Amino acid sequence: MGTAAEPQFHVLAVDDSLVDRKLIERLLKISSYQVTAVDSGSKALEFLGSRGNNGRSSSDPVPSVSPNDHQGVEVNLIITDYCMPGMTGYDLLKKIKESSSLRDIPVVIMSSENVPSRISRCLEEGAEEFILKPVRLSDVNKLRPHMRRTKKLKTHQQEPREDSERHGEIRSQPARQHELEIQQSQHHPSQQVPQHQQQKSSNNNKRKAIDAEEGLSPDRARTRYSGVATF
Amino acid sequence: MDVGLVQMQRRLADYANALFKEGILDSQYLQLQELQDESNPDFVVEVVSLFFTDSEKLLNDLSRDLAQPNVDFKRVDAHVHQLKGSSSSIGAERVKNACIVFRNFCQEKNIPGCLRCLQQIKQEFLLVKSKLETLFKLEQQVVAAGGSIPTVQQPSL
Repeated sequence: MGTAAEPQFHVLAVDDSLVDRKLIERLLKISSYQVTAVDSGSKALEFLGSRGNNGRSSSDPVPSVSPNDHQGVEVNLIITDYCMPGMTGYDLLKKIKESSSLRDIPVVIMSSENVPSRISRCLEEGAEEFILKPVRLSDVNKLRPHMRRTKKLKTHQQEPREDSERHGEIRSQPARQHELEIQQSQHHPSQQVPQHQQQKSSNNNKRKAIDAEEGLSPDRARTRYSGVATF
Repeated sequence: MDVGLVQMQRRLADYANALFKEGILDSQYLQLQELQDESNPDFVVEVVSLFFTDSEKLLNDLSRDLAQPNVDFKRVDAHVHQLKGSSSSIGAERVKNACIVFRNFCQEKNIPGCLRCLQQIKQEFLLVKSKLETLFKLEQQVVAAGGSIPTVQQPSL
């Protein structure tokens, strides 16, 4: 855990909902992250452009600059809502991954809707994780391994190399990266392995069914989509 | 031991437990409480207050949207989606569930259904608002009397 003296990981949170922004901000702060919260994708890109992440190659983090230097503060992770007016979280994700200076920043997507094709798309586009809202402390606890390491933000917990290996693995094999077991057991008891094609075709009906399910069983096991294959 | 304080705490705990039993609040509300501490002693009240003002605006928007000669269902759906999201984030279970039903009618472009749902959502919203305001008052009383707010135990459902 970071103390006041240690440099903290800086998370950029993007959500158009005021309530959710306040919530994610608090969740992140209580987990010892430094937080910047913005209400749109375009504001996020603006912020990223002004924070010294710009114009730097992906493998080259900030050269020896102290963490308190205004130009040296970087973003170690972006967590964004999916459904936002204008630029969606997915659009933002794409823009980040298309940018040579930003693509190394890990991105996590949040959504209140459990839509398998949406989740696949995001993971395939390079999102580290897909978190279902409402976001809980246990979700935020899972963010730490995804944090982008920079030279000045080594922690005592993990080797930088170990993390970048895992990081690379997740990026290159996104198709395996989500668990649909719980959802599968609710709708197709006989199926074990998620089938992308099937999910896509019955997506709309499934969404209705899922929404109805939500109403009936609020205490159901929460579905998680993470960077770990769970077959 | 201050018997008055103990009684107040008891009343507070019973009141809170009832809200969970009646499905007015769900476990997400407990998550909010977990985020409150000495450094952020008013976090729950702050978030809930944001929810109140945000929702009131959305409900007004929805009334207006549905009163239009040509109802823009995309717009209506977007508003309900927002309301569903924020009610879910603070644990206002019944409001959230009413929003889910609303969205189904919206997808069917069923205006009478939407209007009925809107009434339902408004009722549920007013209910949770009134209950939470009472809950906060009870908490204030306990704190003012020198006590601490007891941890709410969600009854097994």
